[in-house]
Parts: sequence; structure tokens; C-alpha cells
Amino acid sequence: MKILVPVKRVPDPATTIRVLPDGSGIATDNVKWVINPFDEIAIEESLRIKEKQGTGEVVLISVGQQTWQEQLRTGLAMGADRAILVRTEAALDTLAIARVIAKVAANEKPELVIIGKQAIDDDSNQVGQIIAETLGWPQATFASKVEIAGEKCTVVREVDGGLETIAFPLPAVITTDLRLNEPRYASLPGIMKARKKPLNEVAADSLGVDLAPKLKIKTLKAPEKRQSGRKVGSVQELVQLLHTEAKVI
Amino acid sequence: MGDVIVFAEHRGGHFPKTTLIAINAGLEMARKRGGNCLAVVAGDNVDAAAAEAAKYGVSKVIALEDARLGNYLADSTAQALAALTKSLGAETVLATATAMGKDLMPRIAARLDAAMASEIIAINDDGTFVRPMYAGNALATVELEGPVRVVTVRGTAFDAANPVGNSAPVEKVKADLDPAGLKMAFVGFNEIKSDRPQLTEARIIVSGGRGLKSGDNFKTVLEPLVDEIGAAMGASRAAVDAGFVPNDLQVGQTGKVVAPELYVAVGISGAIQHLAGMKDSKTIVAINKDEEAPIFSVADFGLVADLFKAVPEMTEELKKLKH
Ligand SMILES: Cc1cc2nc3c(=O)[nH]c(=O)nc-3n(C[C@H](O)[C@H](O)[C@H](O)COP(=O)(O)OP(=O)(O)OC[C@H]3O[C@@H](n4cnc5c(N)ncnc54)[C@H](O)[C@@H]3O)c2cc1C
Ligand SMILES: Nc1ncnc2c1ncn2[C@@H]1O[C@H](COP(=O)(O)O)[C@@H](O)[C@H]1O
Repeated sequence: MKILVPVKRVPDPATTIRVLPDGSGIATDNVKWVINPFDEIAIEESLRIKEKQGTGEVVLISVGQQTWQEQLRTGLAMGADRAILVRTEAALDTLAIARVIAKVAANEKPELVIIGKQAIDDDSNQVGQIIAETLGWPQATFASKVEIAGEKCTVVREVDGGLETIAFPLPAVITTDLRLNEPRYASLPGIMKARKKPLNEVAADSLGVDLAPKLKIKTLKAPEKRQSGRKVGSVQELVQLLHTEAKVI
Repeated sequence: MGDVIVFAEHRGGHFPKTTLIAINAGLEMARKRGGNCLAVVAGDNVDAAAAEAAKYGVSKVIALEDARLGNYLADSTAQALAALTKSLGAETVLATATAMGKDLMPRIAARLDAAMASEIIAINDDGTFVRPMYAGNALATVELEGPVRVVTVRGTAFDAANPVGNSAPVEKVKADLDPAGLKMAFVGFNEIKSDRPQLTEARIIVSGGRGLKSGDNFKTVLEPLVDEIGAAMGASRAAVDAGFVPNDLQVGQTGKVVAPELYVAVGISGAIQHLAGMKDSKTIVAINKDEEAPIFSVADFGLVADLFKAVPEMTEELKKLKH
């Protein structure tokens, strides 16, 4: 089966994020860029499905700039078969990004789109759901277990208060949660092979999708810093302070 | 003009606090946009839930009914709600960013060709919103263009609505569903039963991290403290990943965002992703044996100690306080 996996380039989760003084964005001088961690989980899941079925193709897609090739190469080194970079210099909103990916999916005709539940930079948690609705496909968000039997798919989802199971026919969109799997690292031979794997570029404005953002970010500011408090010497002192000063117990 | 539709998530007629938060945010939005706030209760038979929703100051409750909405599924509910929004000509569709809100609202946005802002924490008078990005390290002011807009609100940023003493009218509406678009099936819900408060409703939360070292220690060391102060239990991702506690206890950027009156972090280092989910708590206590742990930078009261000694001691001290 063919699986399409969107990949976003984001700052390494360990990076300290600083907002630029003029509020126009974040400082990127010391940022290390990586694949969005949820997308690594999506790649891993796709590779496992392909390995289990013994056949299939895992295709990566990014909607971004030239530099995003780096993350696509890393995904290819993990084992994906080929990659598509939809080039745009503009900052697109989630609706436009999802529609671009849906458009490519309509051409590529995968049985599954497996995608991260959330990009750790914008924290939107939208793109997978918008792709599913745009294509009229079922969706299983926050997946912690995926089972495929023929044209049917069963997914266990992490929801409030427990685990929900849903079933649906393919094609469909699945968004990954943290517990779905543990992504593999790219091996050295994997990295060598990745250099020769196809990475095709398409111009975003050639796809006939409305790219004009409807969500506009006006400014960014840093949140107020929380005052750090004090150290207490003993459990007794702690409990007393919570009782008499903070008055929470 | 400026009407707001609130998706009132319910479980068999009962509203979690997150739904009352959505109603309150919807009321604020409607006030600022010069429109009415309506609540929509979707399901199979929703009489009880609709009557409940009517108590909180909305101008009308729509009972959106269909047997196929009995178990929530994203495809059917999105269809029904988007059709309703169109027919009412509402400006904003709003829900709290619960698991269901996150699952549903982007699909509605797509159907309505609308922009969506996730987890807003403030509604500005000029129509813009504030939302956190980068695990809360940046606050963005965003504007949604177009005649319709979709938002989810962060539960910690708005208060719950209170009953107003009278009831709004309830209107029954047959859901507009295209069978061809209904492909998902509900199989089952494996509820994690607990007598403790929900993380998103609790006044006090005690969370454990990798420092607890095992699920057994959660039970024997942490839970007595949790129960002694009537808290909800939370956890770091590391504790959940290690299988010490169920997934839905994870607090943080990619788990639940909480802001109780008291948050006690036990054996949690305070990674940025964890802080993102709890740093707006009113009082924060950290118990950690490493005095350099970043959790201390947000703690009002920090105790550098071995948790295996300090936590049972704290449970005992609290018992004494009661007597
Ligand atoms: C994409 C992504 C998303 C993430 N989302 C989240 C999220 O939503 N929530 C979240 O929590 N994390 C999240 N993380 C993980 C986060 O980066 C940290 O790895 C995690 O929070 C660490 O958990 P911890 O503090 O329990 O473990 P550790 O960092 O290992 O800290 C354990 C602490 O326990 C202390 N300790 C050990 N023994 C004792 C003892 N006997 N007495 C007292 N103290 C002791 C240690 O000093 C240490 O500070 C995410 C990471 C990524 C990459
Ligand atoms: N520009 C992009 N290119 C490819 N995938 C993306 C892009 N933006 C977001 N995604 C994917 O959408 C998921 C959810 O992102 P978001 O809705 O922005 O939180 C991420 O995990 C990515 O897989």
C-alpha cells in the first residue's frame, strides 16, 4: 500500500525559543532544525506497515522552502522511498498547507496519509483533520495503535478519560500520538542510500490551490516570566506555608 | 451579525467543566462581536443535555439530533455542525480544546472554508485572538479573515459559566447528513475508571515523573498523598512512556494543559514541554533531589529532597493538619 507522510521542519524540541524584540518572529540564529517529532512517529508507523505487508511505498511530502530538503533526506534515510517538496517562500496557514497536501494526495492516491497530530512550533493540531475533510476521508486522530486488515483499518485513539477504538475503510488519514511507536534512527547505510532516492520539487502555486492565508499572525511576544519562589528547608515548613501563606490546603 | 455557536460537548447529558468554559468563552465572544451566543448539543436523544445547556445564559440551545450522532464521530458531527452554522449564518464556531474539540473543529473549518485558531487564551476587542505557540514560549496575536471563523479555547484561560437562573429556549433541529460522507464507525470506549477528580477539573493536582521509578511506586508512594489532599493525579511524559500510569494523565505541551490552585511536581525535572502544561498554576510546589532541576525555576515552594522520604512525610503532615 502507498502511504503519504507529511513532514515539517521545526526547531529541535530542546531549543530555547526566543521571540525577536520587534515581535516579527523567533530568533533562528542558534536553532537546530529537525523533523517534527510526531512526523518521525508517522514515518516509523508507515515503514512498519510496509515491512509487515512486504510491499508498498512510503512517500514523504513537505510544503516549505529549499532548506526543508534536509529533513526530507533524513526521512528518506530512515527508510522512506521518495519525497516531494512543494516549494513556497510564503508562510502558509494550516488551511492552505492541508489543501496543498490534499491536492498532492488526490494525484498520488495513497491508501493512507499518516501525519503528526501536532507541529511542535505552531501547536495547531489541525492539518491532518483538514486534509481528511478536504478529501472526504475518515480520520483517526491521536492514534496509539493501528491495525490494517485488507481495506479496513482499526485505530485505538488517546482521548479524554480513556482509549477509544474506531474502524473505517481506506483511504483515510491517521494522526500520530506519542505512544504509537518509537521511531528508528537513520542507519549509516540508510543515509548513503537516501542520497540517491528521488526528491522531486513542485511549485506550490502550480497546484491550483488558494494559498492566501486567512489566519494572519500580527505579532509575537514572550510570555510574562513566572517569578521563581523560594526553597524550603523541610516538609513541615512546606506544609505550613501551603496552609498559612498560600492557603491552598 | 456576530453570532457565536458553541459546541457543547457532553457525556450522556452531563457537561464536563470544559463545556461550561466553552459556553463562557462563547458568551464573551458574542458580547465583543455584538451577536448572540447559541449552544449546540449533538447526539441521538439530547433532551436532558439540551435542558442543562439552557441554564448558562446562552440565547438559544439547538438540539441537533440524529441516531447517527449517537456516538461521536468526527465525520458525521462535522457535517451536521457545518451545515447548521451555514444555515444560521453564524460568524464563529467555538469549542474547548478537549480531545473531541481538537478532533472535530478543524474538520468544520475545512467544510466552511474558514480559518481556525487553536487554543486561544484571550479574545481582544478588535476581533483578534491571542494563542500560545512554541510550547507557550511565544504568545501570538492572530487575526482570522473571512465571514466565518473557527476557534478552540484553552480551558485554563477562561472561567466556567454559571447558571443564570432562567432557561433559554431549546430548538430541535434534524441533523443534515449526507450518508456518502459517513464512513467512520465507533467500536468501543475503554474508560479509565477513577474515583479521583479529572485533571481538567481539579483544584489540586499532584504529578509524578520518572523520579518515581515504577508504577508500583506511584501506587504506594504518590497515591496516598494524592488522596490525602483530594487531588487529581498527573504525570510527565517520561512516566507515561514508561507505562507507570495511563496515557491520559500526561500533563504538558502535547498532553493536558492544567492550571489548578495547587500543582505539586514530584520527581519531575521540568522540561519545557512539561512546563507548557502547568506553569499557569496558581501555586507550584516542586519536590526533586536535584537542586539544579529546571522545575524549581517556576516553583513557588521548592523542596530539595529524596521524594521517597519527603512524600510519605508530607502525607503524614497533611493528616496531622486535619486533626
Ligand atoms: C515532541 C515532544 C513532546 C513532549 N511532550 C511532553 C508533555 O506533554 N509532557 C511532558 O511532561 N513531557 C513532554 N515531553 C518530554 C520532555 O521533554 C521530558 O523528557 C519529560 O518531561 C521528562 O519527564 P521527567 O521530568 O519525569 O523525567 P526526567 O527529566 O528524567 O526527570 C526526572 C527527575 O526526577 C528527579 N528524581 C529522580 N529520583 C528522585 C528522587 N528519589 N527524589 C526526588 N527527585 C528525584 C531527578 O532529579 C529528575 O529531575 C515531550 C518531548 C517531546 C520531544
Ligand atoms: N508545511 C508543512 N509541510 C508538511 N507537513 C506539515 C506542514 N505543516 C504541518 N504539517 C504536518 O501537519 C501536522 C500537524 O501540524 P499542525 O496542524 O500545524 O499542528 C504536523 O505534524 C506535520 O506533519
